Amino acid sequence: MSLDRREFLAQGTFYLMLTGAASEAWSFIESGKPQEAPGYDVQEHWWAMFIDVEKCIGCGRCVDACKLENDVPDEAWFSRTWVERYTIPPPDMKNPKRDLLPIVDSPNGGRNGFPPLEHPVEGAKSFFVPKLCNHCAHSPCVQVCPVGATFESPDGVVLVDKTYCIGCRYCVQACPYGCRFIDPRTNTVDKCSLCYHRITKGLTTACCEVCPTTARLLGDLRNPADPIHELLRTHKVQVLKPNLATGAKAYYNGLDAAVR
Amino acid sequence: MLRVPKDAEHLLRLALLFAAGIALFLIVRAFLLPAGFGELGHFRTGAIAANQQKPLHFAGRAACDECHSEVVTKLAASKHLQIGCESCHGPAAAHVADPDATKPAKIDAVDLCSRCHAANPSRPRTQPQVDVAAHAEGEVCTECHEAHDPTP
Repeated sequence: MSLDRREFLAQGTFYLMLTGAASEAWSFIESGKPQEAPGYDVQEHWWAMFIDVEKCIGCGRCVDACKLENDVPDEAWFSRTWVERYTIPPPDMKNPKRDLLPIVDSPNGGRNGFPPLEHPVEGAKSFFVPKLCNHCAHSPCVQVCPVGATFESPDGVVLVDKTYCIGCRYCVQACPYGCRFIDPRTNTVDKCSLCYHRITKGLTTACCEVCPTTARLLGDLRNPADPIHELLRTHKVQVLKPNLATGAKAYYNGLDAAVR
Repeated sequence: MLRVPKDAEHLLRLALLFAAGIALFLIVRAFLLPAGFGELGHFRTGAIAANQQKPLHFAGRAACDECHSEVVTKLAASKHLQIGCESCHGPAAAHVADPDATKPAKIDAVDLCSRCHAANPSRPRTQPQVDVAAHAEGEVCTECHEAHDPTP
């Protein structure tokens, strides 16, 4: 069979296009199922957390449990969750116009509990605030990722694809809540996954599992029978930094205005 | 072969070039994109499964209940009913998998009880608190108090 130049080009192009389409189709076949946990459908959940500041006693069991469950490095600056102690001094009538600056501390992320303040403030208001990834519905961290290595999964959890993270740290800077860090062992980003390996198997998160006062409660907003609906209805809740419109899903009860 | 009017030959050539360009783009794209990318969003679908596959360390109190139901029942009727077993006893998934191979670690009662019950002005008023040194006078908490059914 002989081909002139035009026929060769025309047929060649046709087969090239077929190859492109075929490899495209093959990649979809190859990708497999979106979930491995049996009986779990990513489209049927919408995870959130209810955090009751008034119940938190600052024992730090959640921080400890998170480190053990998720194999997080021991140093406090590598934390998926941590507890902050806020100490807000009473109004100073000698200088009433001055802003009241809260003292915030978190020794070892709160993992070993909180010893009394080194310099106690007379008449101060003090409380504990557990912090973790807010699993924003419009996450700033997801928006800045240049390679699609962090994403909001269809069940409302912000996850990291460790095999595709290039460790560029854009997301670490973008998170307004300081919830991300670079794992020194892999040089990829790490963050709270809302214990995704647990919640997809019907367990609660490690921090909720060990919380002795139920100050933290995992909830599935797509499940009408979940107690979180009743809690959200009967409490005046707030999210952190609502002005940023991140769609945060960590709902805090009893959150003081000083908390950032 | 297509029958093309002679004066349209340059258009056909252009169209073929264009088609070749698109084909090249699709081929390169298919090689560069990881499998499953873009199915559910701007990410690799397989990453969801990867996040589900990490090992468990905390088994949950339902697992404890399978063997230690008498303690779990006792706890459920006590003031400590909200506290998960592994909150004090530590992660026990390995113990659940093979009860004889590993045992939960021994508890340092004074340290652990103090985490929640040492007097601290930052704690909520409703939390029972004691000045540990003055209250215990060197004794271990569990000598007087039963952690699974505490009384003041």
